[in-house]
Amino acid sequence: MAGWDELDRFLQTDPRDVGCEQALQILHVYVEAVLDDETGAEAARRYPGVEAHLLSCGPCAEDYEGLLLVARADLA
Amino acid sequence: MRSADDPGGDAGAACGGVRGGGGTRREPDEQTAQWLAALGGSGSAREQAVTRLHELLLRVARAELGRRAGRHPITGPELDDLAYQAADDAVLAITTKLGEFRGESQFTTWAYRFVVLEVSSKLGRHFWQRPTVALDTADWERLPDRFGISPVDHAERRDLIAAVRRAVDQELTERQRRVFIAIVVDGIPLDALVAQLGSSRNAIYKIMFDARRKLRAALAANGYLTASAQEADPEHHQVR
Repeated sequence: MAGWDELDRFLQTDPRDVGCEQALQILHVYVEAVLDDETGAEAARRYPGVEAHLLSCGPCAEDYEGLLLVARADLA
Repeated sequence: MRSADDPGGDAGAACGGVRGGGGTRREPDEQTAQWLAALGGSGSAREQAVTRLHELLLRVARAELGRRAGRHPITGPELDDLAYQAADDAVLAITTKLGEFRGESQFTTWAYRFVVLEVSSKLGRHFWQRPTVALDTADWERLPDRFGISPVDHAERRDLIAAVRRAVDQELTERQRRVFIAIVVDGIPLDALVAQLGSSRNAIYKIMFDARRKLRAALAANGYLTASAQEADPEHHQVR
């Protein structure tokens, strides 16, 4: 019944989820919090609603991963 | 219509809805101070800074498009054209919104966000140049594939399709139904749907969020899934 489990995970919603707009507005701040503590624990503690959103929203998670990568690489 | 979710606003105000508070203003690091002084100035010094910013964001756009290779079909000159477009639009947005930078991060991290979001938005729009599926196709036979059910598990596939389809028909509004089918059944990328409907990522996500919650509750009520206490009170959800 792995298919039902997968469907269940997909349908689960987290009440802390702040949505795309708020998550993207502070994505740069969240990313720097992750760079300060690579475990991500501090970012998750400070911004639980953003963390919940990134776990659930594929497009925003993609943006987060991209931003984290370029911020870490310091292309400037 | 905005080309991407507007990332330029006041992050501090946005954090009112972000548990744990917002970012903290801090003294700008030397590099940030130099960017702000140059871009906020005038004459040739500003022009040079804008050129440097464009070069930087073009590198970021190329890197980001390269990182996403395999998840989009774009290659060659078309890919570089997309990178230029993303960098162009990001520079325009940044120079317009420079006064909204609150110093909660390095300037470059704030600036990179614009170009990363532009890349997403442009990839969403590009999807419709060579779409792999049409909007409103609604091929329900593809649904079990989304959740990893083997083609040989005929009974499980049939049960899942019937249960989800019934819940979609009975529980969702017309708009929720259309968005759910487009994204989950037809597999249209969310940003592509945003472009097609002239909406925003936040609006489509909100529709999907509500649809997921309603569908889960219905499937739990019918014994397909285990009930969840979290879903009992929609007023406690923060997505707006």
